[in-house]
Amino acid sequence: MSWDTVIGLEIHVQLATKTKIFSGASTAYGAEPNTQACAIDLAMPGTLPVLNKQAVNYAIMFGLAVDAEIGQVSAFERKNYFYPDSPKGYQTTQLERPIVGRGNVEIQLADGSTKNVRIHHAHLEEDAGKSLHEGNFNSNFSGIDLNRAGTPLIEIVSEPDMCNAEEAVAFARKIHGIVTSLGICDGEMSQGSMRFDVNVSVKPSGSETLGIRTETKNLNSYKFMEEAIKREVERQIDVIEDGGTIAQETRLYNGDTKVARSMRSKEEANDYRYFPCPDLLPVVVSDEEVAELRRNLPELPDARQARFVEQYSLSDYDAAILSSDAAMAKYFEAVTSACNNAKLAANWTMGELSARLNNEDLSIANSPVSAAQLGGLVTRIADNSISGKMAKEVFDGIWAGEGSADEIIEARGLKQVSDSGALEQMVADVLTANQAMVDDYINTDEAKRKKKLGGFMGKIMQASKGQANPQQVNQILAQKLNELL
Amino acid sequence: MNIERQEIEKLATLARIAIDDSTISEVSQRLSSVLDLVDQLQAVDTEGVEAMSHPMQATQRLREDEVTEINQREAFQAIAPETEDGLFLVPKVIE
Repeated sequence: MSWDTVIGLEIHVQLATKTKIFSGASTAYGAEPNTQACAIDLAMPGTLPVLNKQAVNYAIMFGLAVDAEIGQVSAFERKNYFYPDSPKGYQTTQLERPIVGRGNVEIQLADGSTKNVRIHHAHLEEDAGKSLHEGNFNSNFSGIDLNRAGTPLIEIVSEPDMCNAEEAVAFARKIHGIVTSLGICDGEMSQGSMRFDVNVSVKPSGSETLGIRTETKNLNSYKFMEEAIKREVERQIDVIEDGGTIAQETRLYNGDTKVARSMRSKEEANDYRYFPCPDLLPVVVSDEEVAELRRNLPELPDARQARFVEQYSLSDYDAAILSSDAAMAKYFEAVTSACNNAKLAANWTMGELSARLNNEDLSIANSPVSAAQLGGLVTRIADNSISGKMAKEVFDGIWAGEGSADEIIEARGLKQVSDSGALEQMVADVLTANQAMVDDYINTDEAKRKKKLGGFMGKIMQASKGQANPQQVNQILAQKLNELL
Repeated sequence: MNIERQEIEKLATLARIAIDDSTISEVSQRLSSVLDLVDQLQAVDTEGVEAMSHPMQATQRLREDEVTEINQREAFQAIAPETEDGLFLVPKVIE
């Protein structure tokens, strides 16, 4: 039997405000525990929340970027549950009247096709603190750090419009591109700035009736998301094909062990007894304020992609990758302006640099190789000063902090020889020294001669200590051998 | 409107309130009378009346996004039952 998969996403996006959603405490990442948790965040008696204007503006900007209706009047509710990292005993969130209504996002898939994913709504809410279960404290206790409590979030809820892990990841990446381009989120997934909850169900192919769904919570990377979806789809199909039924439940995926488990019902208590928050008045946004935000929207990934194709003559594919992430787009443009060769700048940004950053788990914002440095390297590749192979060595040098491309080329004597007189002499010397090879070449059938060229190339590159320009050597070699025939 | 004993117990658990056996029937009666009032309200014809999310005729004032709070961890932790290393300690929340 074949099965269809139905996937919906809930994405928590931490807004890049300086302060909390309801208090003037800092949201800076990495501070000492509980040094950024004020009386309001700690839910001290007598405190009152006051809404952060920037958080409201950021939420509206997101809504505008996905063509959503903006709620002119929105309101906050209390979602009641007890957990130690939520000192109030409830989360202040939006239920009935979210600030961002229905919208649309277009995703691009690997085969070049596009697909529309509908946004159900996006609402403002506060983040919880963090519970630590291991640390420098009595092991009968959990440690609570409330610095994150009250950090503004938007929760973006999609319709169940995705039908495999690839589409879900493409959607997540698209949202990442949009929020980082807007500058409303720093996009640092390793710091929890974006977290994904994935709703998955399966149904017999073509069936109109949706299956029972499970929710896998708190995935913080595309890789974990993809793994968790694939495993959950397999699990559900196995359960149904074995005659069982899927329980509607919340699951937690452990990226290290690749295993998801059902949350205990105690953790789940799915009875939040929402009610309007009496501490907060309705939030009213005027048409003028929305229009002003719309006028000042920065360039979004789709527009940037079109511009990259137009301005830099990049392929759609390259342009899509480079424009999808705001930081990468900015980096690419800086490399290009430093070297004036967009195609090479694109190749090096998407290739060597991205691969290395991925390997070392670094974001492009923290790249050890600056855009100016990569531009310097690309300049030397473009003007044939160094070969592709040398370029990799120089790149390693820049990565290791040895200086600019030119400094490393100088220090390591990596200059590529492109002087045609010198190269001709080098080729001639190698031919003279290897008469037997030359005779062999001449006596070989014409159709098979091409294969013999590699041997000469090896000798010449060896003689030049790898510094001869290979394209030029190729030309000169073919020409000289022809003359001998 | 009658509330089952089980319902009271569930609400008490969700609200982390201890209700001892002897008071359950009293609590049940009191909550029932609240629900009766809600029933009465729901009987009112509200056709065409916009839902109200707050009784005050006012809108939320917004704050500028500027840090106004200072670190007062010491003061806050002085009144906490258990702290260590800057963390608030609570009974272990996972197994």
